[in-house]
Amino acid sequence: MARTLHQKLQILAEAARHDASCASSGGQGRDARKGEPGHTTGSGICHAFTPDGRCISLLKVLMTNFCIFDCAYCPSRLSADTPRARLAPEEVVQLTIEFYRRNMIEGLFLSSGIIRSPDDTMQDMIRILRILREREGFRGYIHLKVIPGASAGLIEEAGLLADRLSVNVELPTEAGLARLAPRKDAQDIRRQMATIRLRTEAAQERSPTGRRPPPFAPAGQSTQVIVGADGAADAEILRMSEQLYAGYRLRRVYYSAYVPVPGASDRLPPRPPPLLREHRLYQADWLLRHYGFTAEEVLPAGDLDPDLDPKTAWALRHRHLFPVDVRRAGREMLLRVPGFGTRTVDRILSARRHRALRWEDLRHMGAVLGRAAPFVEAEDWHPRGLLEAEGLRDRLAPPPQQLSLF
Amino acid sequence: MPHVILPRIGTDRAWREAARACLAARLAPERVTWSLGEAEDLLFDDDEVPPAPRPGTVRAPAAFVELAAQAVWHRDPERFARLYGLLWRLRLHPRLMDDPADAAVAQLIRMARAVRRDIHRLHAFVRFREVGDRTAPRRRFAAWIEPQHLTLEPAAPFFARRFADMDWLIATPDLVACFEDGVLRFEEGASRPELAEDEADALWRTYFAAIFNPARVNRRRMLAEMPRRWWAQMPEAAAIPDLLRKAEAAARTMAEAPPREPPLYARALARRAEAAPPRPHPPGPASVLAGDLAACRACPLWEGATQPVPGEGPPDAPLMLVGEQPEDRDDLTGRPFAGPAGDLLLRLLAEAGIDRAQVYLTHAVKHFNYMTKGRQRLARSPGGAEIAACRPWLLRELELVRPRLIVALGATAAAALTGRAEGILRRRGGIEAGPEGLPVLLTLHPGHLLRLPDPVAAEMETEALRRDLITARRHLEGMAAGSGGDADASPSAEANAPRRAGGSAAPRGSRGRVPDPRPPQPEPGRSSPASIPPSRQGHAPSVPPRGVCGG
Repeated sequence: MARTLHQKLQILAEAARHDASCASSGGQGRDARKGEPGHTTGSGICHAFTPDGRCISLLKVLMTNFCIFDCAYCPSRLSADTPRARLAPEEVVQLTIEFYRRNMIEGLFLSSGIIRSPDDTMQDMIRILRILREREGFRGYIHLKVIPGASAGLIEEAGLLADRLSVNVELPTEAGLARLAPRKDAQDIRRQMATIRLRTEAAQERSPTGRRPPPFAPAGQSTQVIVGADGAADAEILRMSEQLYAGYRLRRVYYSAYVPVPGASDRLPPRPPPLLREHRLYQADWLLRHYGFTAEEVLPAGDLDPDLDPKTAWALRHRHLFPVDVRRAGREMLLRVPGFGTRTVDRILSARRHRALRWEDLRHMGAVLGRAAPFVEAEDWHPRGLLEAEGLRDRLAPPPQQLSLF
Repeated sequence: MPHVILPRIGTDRAWREAARACLAARLAPERVTWSLGEAEDLLFDDDEVPPAPRPGTVRAPAAFVELAAQAVWHRDPERFARLYGLLWRLRLHPRLMDDPADAAVAQLIRMARAVRRDIHRLHAFVRFREVGDRTAPRRRFAAWIEPQHLTLEPAAPFFARRFADMDWLIATPDLVACFEDGVLRFEEGASRPELAEDEADALWRTYFAAIFNPARVNRRRMLAEMPRRWWAQMPEAAAIPDLLRKAEAAARTMAEAPPREPPLYARALARRAEAAPPRPHPPGPASVLAGDLAACRACPLWEGATQPVPGEGPPDAPLMLVGEQPEDRDDLTGRPFAGPAGDLLLRLLAEAGIDRAQVYLTHAVKHFNYMTKGRQRLARSPGGAEIAACRPWLLRELELVRPRLIVALGATAAAALTGRAEGILRRRGGIEAGPEGLPVLLTLHPGHLLRLPDPVAAEMETEALRRDLITARRHLEGMAAGSGGDADASPSAEANAPRRAGGSAAPRGSRGRVPDPRPPQPEPGRSSPASIPPSRQGHAPSVPPRGVCGG
């Protein structure tokens, strides 16, 4: 029975919703031209928020959820007894353009199950991108999920059409991948990322005549890792992220708490990890990217403390480095103060040229003083015994949640 | 006392003009009052109209101009006076803008932020509906929205850039933005127009419901990002209460669905996939090793690396160059000497008269060892354990290629080939015995030269490496010219020669060039190959010569 466009969209959007990355940021600014709709601003816009609090920026949809791979954690895996559908290229194009013209989306995030072979699938996706870019002149944002195992030549082709490419590492350890996604090859995934980095860098070099080559994936590449499906500890995950950021210049690593999928395989844990774990990983990831921490510093081993944000946890382990004097300390050390964000630190550095900073000034500049208090010193503030106090950890951790009646 | 009435359209420019005039007339903030009028023109409601100042006579910091351009759209009736008050103080304290702890600055910064957020939400939450003919060359759309501040005017250029190829209208209670044939204009506010749903709205609701994951309901987050005041014009908002009501049941159904038998087609496809042959390795000499090497877990270096980097070159190369470990770029491309150190080495090879195509290039350790520093990977020399773990691969390469001379670049390669890393600076330029007695010429790694901070030292070391490579070439040529011609070049090479098919008789070292008949010249100040005492050449490598290459 032929499915209606509504049914196909429902099946293929549901199948795509487990991909956490939604951003449309980091692209080059680019305006609509005569007869060509769309532009990207470089910062990305969330056009709507679903009741799970996540942003809708792109039409995130699979080309098809038929798949010859059998990755245990995936609702579209080969052995799943689930309704299947495929959107025709023209249908993807029309949905993208019509939603875009109504200001519902920034563009398209196209992923797919693997049909016939990785290369065949990738070619079909590239065909959709070609129609959008070349026939429709679409200048909005496109994020293309690179199919695992697709050849370097097709990645090169895709990067000329898409703003962002992403290759999912899926699981943090090779052993996990071998157990849960037997047909994915960790080394092959990294090689694809390396190809994207090399091509991106080549596209940034001017030719001897000063001409710029056409941009290649101008919004860079990202990846997603599923948390809690295999036994990997947070420390392993963060070390992997650190390697990926440095090795392939990833813009983002997305952490997606494993969600039990319908009819889950018995190779998987029956319960999802708490969403808090995902949240803590994002916080720790932020420390890697913007606060000058190394993965080793954030977490030498094991899992992140669920009760404390990773920066506070680090500060408690390094009390001898505190209190930090906000009137004198360098940027690097200010960034390590719990409750100070990058903006707060910038404001402190700017404001202290004018005055000796006081407690009240810090509040004005956006510091979270409840958390920062034991760790900072200002003109009229010294933590005294607060820093060494026995109960400091309990003071900073949120009160334990009352057990719900059962 | 002057009272300034600002127009509703172009308020930002009008305020700036008036503020300039007041400032030039030295009007203290408490002597001016401000309001927003109906008219399009700037009015001074008094006869003390200050004259417009000459351009360049009134100055304000750039940060203030930017702040004012945003805060002026805030709904706070005091915004004009607040801005002028700050502008007045800036005359005497021009650095005031850098002090976010100042109460007036902080207040205006907050107002500007509220305006920016409102503009951002306009950009995000406007929903167009089609009001014209779908097939017309220029399609027509319209939208209604109620922003918190007076932000349609600053927000509208965004839509002009984005939807340049269609006509559109955005109506708000304060102002209407109208874009026709590429021209943007504003009119006085309107009441809400009737805009009929179109088919895309229904599809959008389908998408909105499907992309929502009922297992992760987070109502508070949604409301924080998309407050209810914006819902009125969003077609998807109508679906939210229903989605929330059914979420828990939907999540339970998902989680509790029992494992089901795979469908029949799945089994057939799985069988077919298993029967498919594995993907062949790329052609080339490296592929001999590549398959096994990829599976190597003998040391932990594989974990952080992209891929192992096998050697590269003709399978019968007379000369093998062994580096330390892959560089960053080697790791990314899977090819040895693909980065800056490799570029330098290839240049020096060419300058030394060695044809790159006749050289087998490889590394002592095949996976990239590094530490991360922010977004950089900094190479870290492999340790003894890693060198030992990787040594069997190097020996396999030696066995496959059987070069007549090996050049060890740096201490790591020296350790892998001679068993000793120490004293590379003293030993460089000399030939020692490697596995199975193969002659190994020791020198420094090109990457080391790139790291020397002193350009003079770097130039001297580069020259020394070039000379070592020339020595290698001459050594090979000496061997190729005949075993009698250059007896002291390397006894071990001679011992090695008969093992090779066609060994010393074949002019392999010539590589199409006329062999240089001169024996290698000892370099002044350094030990030449000829000067190596026999005892040192006989210094046994740590690996027994028997069996390592022959399996």
